[in-house]
Amino acid sequence: MNIYVLLKRTFDTEEKISISDGQIEDEGAEYIINPYDEYAVEEAINQRDAHGGEVTVVTVGDEESEKQLRTALAMGADQAVLINTEDDLEDGDSFTTAKILDAYFGDKEADLILAGNVAIDEASGQVGPRLAERLGINAITTITALEIDGETANIDKDVEGDVEKVETSLPLLVTCQQGLNDPRYPSLPGIMKAKKKPLEELELDDLDLDENDVEAKTETTTVFLPPEKEAGRILEGDVDEQVKELVSLLKDDKKVL
Amino acid sequence: MGNKSLVIGEAKAGALRNVTLEAIAAAKQMDEDAEIVGMLCGESGIGDQAQEMIYHGADRVVTVEHNNLQTYTPEGYGQAIMAVADEESPDAIVMGHTAIGKDITPKIASKLDSGLISDAIGIEHEDGETVFTRPIYSGKAFEKKVIRSGRTFVTIRPNNIKPLERDSSQSGTVSTKDVDVKDIHTVIKDVIRKGSEGVDLSEANVIVAGGRGVKSEEGFKPLYDLADALGGAVGASRGACDAEYCDYSLQIGQTGKVVTPDLYIAVGVSGAIQHLAGMSNSKVIVAINKDAESNIFNVADYGIVGDLFEIIPTLTEEVKKIKS
Repeated sequence: MNIYVLLKRTFDTEEKISISDGQIEDEGAEYIINPYDEYAVEEAINQRDAHGGEVTVVTVGDEESEKQLRTALAMGADQAVLINTEDDLEDGDSFTTAKILDAYFGDKEADLILAGNVAIDEASGQVGPRLAERLGINAITTITALEIDGETANIDKDVEGDVEKVETSLPLLVTCQQGLNDPRYPSLPGIMKAKKKPLEELELDDLDLDENDVEAKTETTTVFLPPEKEAGRILEGDVDEQVKELVSLLKDDKKVL
Repeated sequence: MGNKSLVIGEAKAGALRNVTLEAIAAAKQMDEDAEIVGMLCGESGIGDQAQEMIYHGADRVVTVEHNNLQTYTPEGYGQAIMAVADEESPDAIVMGHTAIGKDITPKIASKLDSGLISDAIGIEHEDGETVFTRPIYSGKAFEKKVIRSGRTFVTIRPNNIKPLERDSSQSGTVSTKDVDVKDIHTVIKDVIRKGSEGVDLSEANVIVAGGRGVKSEEGFKPLYDLADALGGAVGASRGACDAEYCDYSLQIGQTGKVVTPDLYIAVGVSGAIQHLAGMSNSKVIVAINKDAESNIFNVADYGIVGDLFEIIPTLTEEVKKIKS
């Protein structure tokens, strides 16, 4: 099977977020594989091991993204592709990324494309389904189980907590939800091997695109932090007093009861 | 001719979802002079829901009824929505940021070659532009976003934009559009319901969430009683789900659901940063925990330090008194 993973390098949101010059401050921040994309890498490896074929991990990013691609290779992916837009693009949005990936996938005949269901930084959740639409292939989002038999895929899809049992056919794009699998940690031999695995670097030019073709449809004008919350009030007294005071505050002050 | 905004409605268990009414209000906020056209998909008998959309501010509603629209599939809804979008050619499209909204809107945006701002929580007008606010970095920051080219297309997060008052004197036409919905490639063979009965967590106005401090599956019982008394839903932290006190469908946080109820009562929740990412934008937060040093007290408006098994039943009784 010809398996691809869409991977994004993201800011680790467990980090404290601060803003300088109207941008999220990334000086010294940890970068990671988007956690939902880790499920995609793990699933791709498992599907390859079950059905044969190759796993190619693709990212649209800059030179820094090589580190996350190497991590995916160390987990067990076979090859990686970095579409480096650093010199060509200042800003992009989901439209931009999907259009670039569309150009990349044009001649690839992918059987299965896996992506995270959302990236934890910008959280648009659009690139996967947009790409599937462009490629004219089936797409199922937020999956928690995937079984492939020939051309048929049987999928568990998370729908706001319920599970839908879905049957569809390849070629297919899926976006991965928590619960699909437990992503492995790269092993030491895996890390050594990853250094020698092929990593292809492409630019927009190589995909016959220029910056106007992929110009973003949306623009971020401001980034800001939520207002500091004042320290809450700890209610005193015995349980009855605390509860009575709480109910009266919720009812009369906050008007939420 | 004036502008036109299309609101894609959604029903669940035979009733219109509240977020659809919020989407109508959002469309009004975006452009108060635009004609608001609602749309609904279903197998049949969705006229009453269409009427509700009119009572809540839609000028008219287009329904698409077909056997192949009994359950949501991206192909079926995609064809229905595209048929209506082609005919109406709206200047703006609004839908709820729900499971279906998240699934279908990127595909529609791709077909229409348009931008899409997802998960908006606020709408403003600045210098003649419509500006949308949305959470990023798991709710630890926000961005303001505008559409640069093409039509405006947005999904809105449930519980953030107030629906318009229901006014049953409003009238508007409900028309049915014939669409030959075909070539469905995905078959929903079964649905296993796991979420709590009744109030939907992502749309609940009140949430009572349990953490590890609840100690057991049995320990969640008083939380359900309190949620019932408040007309709310029960949620949980990852810790409580990992410990198998409750199903993962209840999980609130960075993985799991993001919620913004009017009232969030965190019970025995320590307040790990991943959990805060899912609930810290709630309007009023109450924390109940025996550990006074718990992180959850830092985001709470009101805190009670003590034994939840004593406090929650007392609170439930007190709530019942004022509700009766």
